[in-house]
Amino acid sequence: MNRLHRFFRTPEAIAGALILALLIAMALAAPLLFSGDPQAIAGPALLPPFHDWSLPLGTDRLGRDVLAELFHGARTSLAVGLAAAAAALLIGAVIGTLAGFAGGLVDEVLMRITDAFQTVPSFLLALAFVSIVGPSLGVVVAAIALGAWTGPARVARAEVLSIRERDYVAGARVIGMHPLEIAFREVLPNALPPVLALSSVIVAAAILTEAALSFLGLGDPNRVTWGGMIAEGRTVLRTAPFLSIIPGVSLVLTVLGVYLAGEGVVESTAVRRSLS
Amino acid sequence: MSLLAVSNLAKRYHRGSKPFAAVDDLSFEINPAETLALAGPSGSGKSTIARLVLRLIEPDAGRIDFEGGDFLALSGAALRARRARLQMVFQDPLAAFNPRATVARVLDDPLRIHNIASRAERPRRIAALLERVGLDASLATRAIHEISGGQRQRVAIARAIATKPSLIVLDEAVSALDVSVRGQILELLLDLQRQERIAYLFISHDLGVISAVAHRVVILDAGRIAESGDARAVIANPQSAIGKALVDAAPRLNRNRP
Repeated sequence: MNRLHRFFRTPEAIAGALILALLIAMALAAPLLFSGDPQAIAGPALLPPFHDWSLPLGTDRLGRDVLAELFHGARTSLAVGLAAAAAALLIGAVIGTLAGFAGGLVDEVLMRITDAFQTVPSFLLALAFVSIVGPSLGVVVAAIALGAWTGPARVARAEVLSIRERDYVAGARVIGMHPLEIAFREVLPNALPPVLALSSVIVAAAILTEAALSFLGLGDPNRVTWGGMIAEGRTVLRTAPFLSIIPGVSLVLTVLGVYLAGEGVVESTAVRRSLS
Repeated sequence: MSLLAVSNLAKRYHRGSKPFAAVDDLSFEINPAETLALAGPSGSGKSTIARLVLRLIEPDAGRIDFEGGDFLALSGAALRARRARLQMVFQDPLAAFNPRATVARVLDDPLRIHNIASRAERPRRIAALLERVGLDASLATRAIHEISGGQRQRVAIARAIATKPSLIVLDEAVSALDVSVRGQILELLLDLQRQERIAYLFISHDLGVISAVAHRVVILDAGRIAESGDARAVIANPQSAIGKALVDAAPRLNRNRP
């Protein structure tokens, strides 16, 4: 409760939380409000927004309901963003903990692999991965996570390097605890806070990467995505700019919301740390 | 036969480019149910010896025999199993526990790892351990950071005796406690020694405490033994320069203790 209170102290955090709440509400309400296939034809093609109140945001080139697509797109963006970030944080935390705790050759090998992934631009990596394996939601998530786990891995390793010298780790060895249990039960949970602070940046980047992949036609073809909508609208940019602008603005607001809310969380925990 | 026999132990560290010996050709023995104190100024290698004996760090040379077996030859699962018999209590009881742990979890770990009690039986064993060290069993659900320093050190002792060890290394275990609590903890340690026949390797810079609890003392200087012998005799009449300096530095009140 107290933590929540502190989180809502800054206006940025409130704005971020509101945008995220709206996005989550959209994602959850999509199948209820627009129960049909969002890719089905709903009216005349290229109907501009605010003309027909049964299709408030108009229709695209094929006569599909833009509002329904926007709601269903929010679902994809959120699902991919959260799943990719969760996967990246999990992989990063595990690899970073193993490298930092084991040290020696294990550390050397794992960190050189991390270097290798970090030197390849993550978008290029995702692009190559999806083109080879084929576009589906799971593959897109994996492709994005593949380029995003290195940051959490480095942060986790640095934190583990300091934690492993603490007395309670020596204490765990003295009572005969298995090294893997020490690493994942004693060390990792205490190394997590700074790693989790990266999550907002990773979620935001994942949403953008997913949009970019979809824009290039490498998203899951069976799902509506904002990136796909922008790509679709691009061909009629001069006559019907709203088709690109609406999903574009949604994307900007979503990423902004994630950043602001993440900033709020970091801020509220920072206050807590300096007080204790 | 001695319980722990350390012979010709050596550990070097590098300070800059030149090596210096933290522990240099050190030998000593501890008998069952005996308290051996290691005294010496800071930097004399006391804590390094504790960590070597516990295999938290590895020596460069020497031999450690524990309960009649070569302790340095053990590794992996055999070493972890052996650790049940050789426990440690740290100086700072807050740093010695995972900050997220509860008292129950801290005591559950050794019981679980060494298969001392079944899952169903463990809560009862934890309550018994807490009572053994003079704490209320209801403390089990509390977080480590919620209890007092003295209570925390009692929990540390409960954790150390959970696996029924024959030797406990006490690394400045009472130095961070205030004087009244210190007395109670020392009483508890003496009581445990009488009843369970546990030997202590008692590391301290406080000669008053050492003369109260230790049978024998080894005074260290720069990783070597300056002198050793019966604790009270050595403290009453130190022969080495470092021993004299330590006795002179001790607060006068401690010197008149029986």
